Amino acid sequence: MSFPWAEQYTPKHPVMQWVDEKLPLPRLVYNAVGAGYPVPRNLNYFWNFGVLAGLALVIQLVTGVIMAMHYGANTLVAFSSVEQTMRDVNAGWLMRYAHANGASFFFIVVYLHIFRGLYFGSYKAPREMVWLLGLVIFLLMMATAFMGYVLPWGQMSYWGAKVITGLFGAIPVVGEPIQTWLLGGFAPGNASLNRFFSLHFLLPFVIAAVVILHIWALHIPGSSNPTGVEVKGPQDTVPFHPYYTAKDGFGAGVFLILFAILLFFLPNYLGHPDNYIEANPLSTPAHIVPEWYFWPFYAILRAFTVDFFFIPAKLLGVLAMFASILLLFFLPWLDTSSVRSGSYRPTFKKFFWILVIDVLILGYCGGAPAEEPYVMISQIASAYYFAHFLIVLPLISRFEKPLPLPNSITEAVLAKHGHSDGETAAVPAE
Amino acid sequence: MASVEHTDGEVLAGGDGVRRRDFINIAAVSFAGVGAVAVVLPLIDQMNPSADVLALASTEVDLSDIQPGQAIKTTFRSQPLFVRQLTEKEIAEADKVDPSTLRDPQTLEERTVDGKKQWLITMGVCTHLGCVPLGAGEGENRGEYGGYFCPCHGSSYDTAARIRKGPAPKNLEVPKFSFTSDTAILVG
Repeated sequence: MSFPWAEQYTPKHPVMQWVDEKLPLPRLVYNAVGAGYPVPRNLNYFWNFGVLAGLALVIQLVTGVIMAMHYGANTLVAFSSVEQTMRDVNAGWLMRYAHANGASFFFIVVYLHIFRGLYFGSYKAPREMVWLLGLVIFLLMMATAFMGYVLPWGQMSYWGAKVITGLFGAIPVVGEPIQTWLLGGFAPGNASLNRFFSLHFLLPFVIAAVVILHIWALHIPGSSNPTGVEVKGPQDTVPFHPYYTAKDGFGAGVFLILFAILLFFLPNYLGHPDNYIEANPLSTPAHIVPEWYFWPFYAILRAFTVDFFFIPAKLLGVLAMFASILLLFFLPWLDTSSVRSGSYRPTFKKFFWILVIDVLILGYCGGAPAEEPYVMISQIASAYYFAHFLIVLPLISRFEKPLPLPNSITEAVLAKHGHSDGETAAVPAE
Repeated sequence: MASVEHTDGEVLAGGDGVRRRDFINIAAVSFAGVGAVAVVLPLIDQMNPSADVLALASTEVDLSDIQPGQAIKTTFRSQPLFVRQLTEKEIAEADKVDPSTLRDPQTLEERTVDGKKQWLITMGVCTHLGCVPLGAGEGENRGEYGGYFCPCHGSSYDTAARIRKGPAPKNLEVPKFSFTSDTAILVG
């Protein structure tokens, strides 16, 4: 689980020695996120986002359990119980705004974490399992966020639930029974609200369990690093604590400042005014949009407007939306280049940034109304999204000539510092 | 170990190579498997609509106050129902269309009751993803085909509530209904 030169856990206090014999939990922590876990010395700030995602999960768990103390999962009282939390419960407004905006921040850091992995090739062997488990967490997060958004029982809650469960209705033959089964009725109602609450409470703990697996799988080969060159010896690593606990602590400070700005000054910036209107099954809001973190996928869903052979457009959109995520499960085998880091892959790097722009365009179109020119733009952007993973990446992997890799992490670090400033010029690499 | 298994097999296999222990193993695991499935079924089925949700009365609608060109929104099975009296012009527009050119080919006759062609009764549920289309309320956007327009993803329905443009695959569903008198219908 670690490199041979990792520091050993040696409890000095007799009580800690006694605990270590009975239940070596402090040892586990020491070896996982303490001084006993050697980490490449050259991690940059993009490596903060895993810890920040963990922090966001904790914020969601704490505020969520508190929200559940004041919430009534019944269509008659759900909306007013949330308003009551906002107005009457001591610090209830803080809990709810922190929970709602915390979800957004969770997705922000997870998206940055995913794109970090995409750029630096973190999904490649031997870390495929880390990537796959990460995608499982992402899918669980999306399910949890969707169900959580239904709970306030506002207009967007209701119609979001209707549209998203309607996706399953697009499946031939079994679609409608599945949709009815998911909702426990023919339209979102009390049965739907109750089960969504139950699952919204359960899933974060499932996420926490998969996070443990994700970290476990990560700690077998150890973290990747910006050069993509594997650790070769003790000189390439530093202990996680205090080096990266400090670096992550700084990142957490920046994260919390930004979170506080949104939470205290713009708490409704990312929300929809329509969700402050109680759910009304007879009136659809003029413009149904999901939360911003679903926009790229929503754009792909809406990109299909004409039938293709015998497959109806509706089913195509649904298939494409699910495929856009499932595709990522195959990424470790679509990108066959042996060079991990995008820093040493000139062609890959260009297309990576095109993909980033493409996803941003999809996100913008997903939040825009379903009219031209947004429909056409999302069609082109969706096509590129799939082409990137299915055509561009495999081709680059075959034909690209990567830049020469450094011999080791240490060499890369020293060479970089030798060039950038004179202070550390003591040990040039060559 | 090998010799024991050999003896066991030879003594109990009955000559066809099937060991008694294998049989017991498969039988026990199969039985437990059937038991597990029997337990899982109610766990899944409890999510289906409960009896009180299913016990939905049919809906009766009074048509006497609906003027030509006007529509009302009511509910059937807790979902919106559109009841609309078409004008002569709207009927003519719907009849003008060649059904074979439609995505979901149907004529206005097939979607209404004989002799009461002006009464268009449909579910107010877009066949794309289930939004409520606009067009039943006073002054709402009826889309470019004059029927209903779904604001969610831009599906346009014509004056027979047939899908004409946008992502929806089917015409608005016509529920089972019958006229109980000249001015009243029973849906469901």
